[in-house]
Amino acid sequence: MNARLLPYVLILPVTVFLCIFFLYPFVLVAQQAFGSDTGWSLDNFRDVVSHWKFSISLWNTLLLAAVVVPVQLALSLLMATMVSKMKRGRDLVLYVWTIPLGISDLAAGIIWLAIFEQSGFLNSMMHGLGFIDAPMNFISYQNMTMVFIAIALAEIWRATAIMLVILVAGIGLIPKEYYEAAEVFGASPWKRFLKITLPLLRPSLQTALVLRVILAFEVFAVVAALGGTLFPVLMGETYSYQFDLSNSGAAAAIALIILAISIASTLVILRALRVPKGATI
Amino acid sequence: MTAATDAPQIDARRSGRWLYIASVVLLCAWVLVPLYFLFINTLSSPETVNSFPKGFVPEFDFGSLRFFAGFQGMIDALYNSVLVAVLTMIMSILIGAPAGYALSRFDFRGKELFRMLILLTRAFPLPLLALPLAVLFIRVGLDDTVFGLALVHTTLAIPFAVLITFSLFSGIPIELEEAAWTLGCTRLGAFTKVVLPLILPGITASAIFAFVISWNEVFAAAVLTIENRTLPAFLLQSLAESPLHLKFAGGFILVVPALIFIFAVRKYLFAMWGIANR
Amino acid sequence: MAEIQIKNVAKTFGAYQALHDINLTIADQEFMVLLGASGCGKTTLLRIIAGLETATTGEVWIGGRRVDHLAPKDRGIAMVFQNYAVFPHLTVFENIGFGLRMAKMPNAEVTRRVERVASLMHIEQLLKRYSGELSGGQRQRVAVARALAMEPDVILMDEPLSNLDALLRLEMRAELKGVLAESKTTAIYVTHDQVEAMSLADRISVMHQGKIVQAASPIEVYRNPAAHFVASFIGNPPMNFLRAEPAGSGKWKVAGETVDGPVSAATPLQLAIRPEDMRLADDGLKARVKLVEPLGAHLLVTCDVDGTMIRAVLDSDLTVKVGDVLTLAPQPDRVRWFDPQSTLAVA
Ligand SMILES: Nc1ncnc2c1ncn2[C@@H]1O[C@H](COP(=O)(O)OP(=O)(O)OP(=O)(O)O)[C@@H](O)[C@H]1O
Ligand SMILES: [Mg+2]
Repeated sequence: MNARLLPYVLILPVTVFLCIFFLYPFVLVAQQAFGSDTGWSLDNFRDVVSHWKFSISLWNTLLLAAVVVPVQLALSLLMATMVSKMKRGRDLVLYVWTIPLGISDLAAGIIWLAIFEQSGFLNSMMHGLGFIDAPMNFISYQNMTMVFIAIALAEIWRATAIMLVILVAGIGLIPKEYYEAAEVFGASPWKRFLKITLPLLRPSLQTALVLRVILAFEVFAVVAALGGTLFPVLMGETYSYQFDLSNSGAAAAIALIILAISIASTLVILRALRVPKGATI
Repeated sequence: MTAATDAPQIDARRSGRWLYIASVVLLCAWVLVPLYFLFINTLSSPETVNSFPKGFVPEFDFGSLRFFAGFQGMIDALYNSVLVAVLTMIMSILIGAPAGYALSRFDFRGKELFRMLILLTRAFPLPLLALPLAVLFIRVGLDDTVFGLALVHTTLAIPFAVLITFSLFSGIPIELEEAAWTLGCTRLGAFTKVVLPLILPGITASAIFAFVISWNEVFAAAVLTIENRTLPAFLLQSLAESPLHLKFAGGFILVVPALIFIFAVRKYLFAMWGIANR
Repeated sequence: MAEIQIKNVAKTFGAYQALHDINLTIADQEFMVLLGASGCGKTTLLRIIAGLETATTGEVWIGGRRVDHLAPKDRGIAMVFQNYAVFPHLTVFENIGFGLRMAKMPNAEVTRRVERVASLMHIEQLLKRYSGELSGGQRQRVAVARALAMEPDVILMDEPLSNLDALLRLEMRAELKGVLAESKTTAIYVTHDQVEAMSLADRISVMHQGKIVQAASPIEVYRNPAAHFVASFIGNPPMNFLRAEPAGSGKWKVAGETVDGPVSAATPLQLAIRPEDMRLADDGLKARVKLVEPLGAHLLVTCDVDGTMIRAVLDSDLTVKVGDVLTLAPQPDRVRWFDPQSTLAVA
C-alpha cells in the first residue's frame, strides 16, 4: 500500500467513529437544547433554570467539587511522594491504593451506604463503643451536613486513585539527578518537593485536575446510591428530566450547562498550570 | 559532628520513619476497610444485613447472594453487562490500536489535529452523549440494544485505547520492523511476526481497561436501555425499592471483577498514564 | 549478478539536506566501504539503498533493475542495523533463521545455515538465548549472522563491528571478508574506523556533509586524496598542510623556502605532505621542535614551521629535544597540492 496513504487509512476508523458518536451527538444535544416548536429559542434553558431545584443542584455540584477536588489533590500528592520514596512493598501498596480506580461510582456509593445507613457500620461502631444507645439516622433531611460528608467521603475514597496514578507516572518521569543535585545544594525534602517536584509535575497536575474536575461535575451515581433524592446534583437532574419527566429538551439544556462549566474549568486549569514553552523535562 | 547532636537527630529520623509507616498503613486501611464492610454485608444473611448492631466479621452465609441471583432480571442484567463490556473491549482495541500505531510510526499532515480530537474527548463529560444518541438510536433501531450501548461505551474507551496503544507501539523500536522487512516480510507480516508478539501483554492490559470502563458505566447505560439493562443500570433503577441486602450483593458483584482486573493490569497502569500526560 | 547504481540521489529531511546528488556505482562482488564522520549521511544512504527511506530525488538500481519502488523484501538485500535490531521475543537461533523461515526454507536447511553462520561469528553456544541475555557485542554478531544467513546478492552493513573489542574485531573482519568473497556477495560496509576501511575495502567512498568526495581504492585514497577533507580525514597522524605563495612559473614559496609545484595555478595553494614522508636533510623547511612523542617503532615530532604546526614521523634512533631546530625535506613525489578556495586537489 502507498506509504503516504497508510496513516490516514489507519486513523480513519477512529475518526469516523468519533465523528458519529462524539462530534455529531454534541450537535444533536445543542439542537435539542435550543430547539422548540417555534424554531430556535432559549425556552428550555429558561424552564430549567427557573425550576426551584436547579440552583440547589448547581450549588450542590459546585460545592461538592470545591470540597472534594482539593482534598483529593493534596491526598494524591501525599500518596505519590510517599510511594516514590518507598523501597520495599511498593507494588503492594500501589495496588491497594489504586483499587478504587476499578470501582464504579455506583458501587462506591453502595459501599459507603454500608457505613452510613441506619443499621450500618458507623452506628454499630459507635454503639459498640457506648457513644449511642439507638442507631442515628445519618442520611435524612434533618442531617444534611452528614449527607454531604458521606457523599464527599465516598467521592474522595473512590476517585483519588485516578489522580494518584497520573501523578505517580508523572513523578516517574522526573530524572532522579535533579533531586540529587538539589540535595547537594542543601535543599531540605520539603524544599525539594516545592522547587522540583511541583513545578516539574505541572503537566501531570494539569491532566489529573482536568480529568478529575470534569468527573466531579458528572457526579451522579454515588449521590443516587447514598442520598437518593436528598441531595440533588446537575447530572441527576438531567437524568430525571430525561426519565421521570420525559423532557429531553430540558435534559439537553442541563447537559449543555454541565458542558459549559466543564469547558470553562478546563480552560482555567490549563491556564493556571500552563508550562512555559521549552521548560519541559 | 559530636554525639550530643547525633542522638536527637537519630531520634527525629526514627520517629519520622514511624510516622511514615503509620500513614502508609492508615491510607491502606482507608481504602480497604470500606471494602471489607461491603464484604461482610455480602456474606451475611439478609436478616443480619438489616439488623442492628452489626458484627465486624462475616458469617459466611450466602443468603444475600442467593437472593441476588434469584431476583427477577438480575442474572440477565449481569449477562448484558458482560456482553457490553466484551463488545466494548473488542471494538475499542480494533478501532483504537491502528490509530495508536499510526501516531507512533508516521508523520503525516493533520497528525496534531487528530491528537487534539482525541485529547478533546477527555475534556468533555462523555456520558452526556447518551441523551441525543437515545433519540438517534430509536431512529436506526439500535435503541435498547446491547450493541448500541457498546457503541457508546466504545466512545468512552477509545481515547484511552488510542493513547495507550500509542505509548506501547512507541516503546518498540522501528528498526525491529525494518529488520523484518529486509528479511523478507511485508508490512503486515512484520507487524504480526514482530510487533504483535511484543505488544500483546500491553494490548491485553488496555483491553481490560476498556472492559472496566464499560463494566462500571452507569449513566449512559441507564439512559439507553430499558429492557436490556446492564447490572449498574439495573441496580440504579431499583435503588429506591430494593432491599439493602440486594444493594450490597449487587455492589459486591460489581466490585469483584474490577478488583481482579486492576490487579491484572497493575504493571501497565503507570506506563499507560505516563505517556497519556503528554 | 548484483551491481548497485546510485544515480543523482538526494535526500532532505524537512529543511535539512542530508544527501546531495550522490552518484556511485558499486560493481558486482565489490566490497565498498562508506567512510565518513558522524552525521555525514552514511546510514541515510544505506537506508535508501535498502528501501527503508525514499530518496527525495534520484534512482537506485540493483542488478540492472530499478528498485526505487520496490519494498525492502523484494530488493534481494540483507542489512545489518547500526543498533542491531535483534528481535527480543525470539531466541538467537530463531533470529538468525527469521529470514530463512520467511522464505519458507525447509527446517533442515534452516538449521544447517544457522549453525554455519553462527560458528562463523563465534556465537554457536548462544543459540538458545534471548537477546536480553546477550552483551552488546554478542547482539551485534547475531545481527551480522542474521544477514549472512540470507546469503543475499547484496549485503548492507552499518558499523557491524563497532561494539567488539579490538582483537575480536580484527578476527571478525577477516572472517567477514573471506565469507563475502567466497559467496560472491556485493557488500556495502559503513564505518568511521579508517583502519577497518583500508583493510577491508576494494574501494572506499569518503563521504563529507552529504556528498561523496572520493571513491577509489584504499591506496589511491591514501596517496592521492581528491580533496582537503579526505587528506585530513584519512591517515593517523593526519596530513600536514602548509601555505604556499606563488613565485611564478611552477615555483612556490613555502615558509621561506622555494619548492617546485603546479604550473597552472596563480593564487595561494596549500602544500600537503604526510608526516611519514618527511626526511631530515641539509636543505629544507626550518622546523622548531615543540613536542617529542616516542612511539616505539618511530618518533613522532611536532614542530613549528613559520607559525604552522606540522608533524613528522622520524627514525626512533634519533635524539631530538624540544627546542631543537630541524631541517625537514618533504619527499618530492609525495607532495600534494590543494586549492584552499575549492578545497580540491591541484595537479
Ligand atoms: N529521520 C530524520 N529526520 C531528520 N533528520 C535526520 C533523520 N535521519 C537522519 N537525519 C539527519 O541526517 C544526517 C545524516 O544522518 P545519518 O544517520 O545518515 O548519519 P551517519 O553518517 O550514519 O552518522 P553516524 O556515523 O553517527 O551513524 C544527520 O545530520 C541526521 O541528523
Ligand atoms: Mg549511522
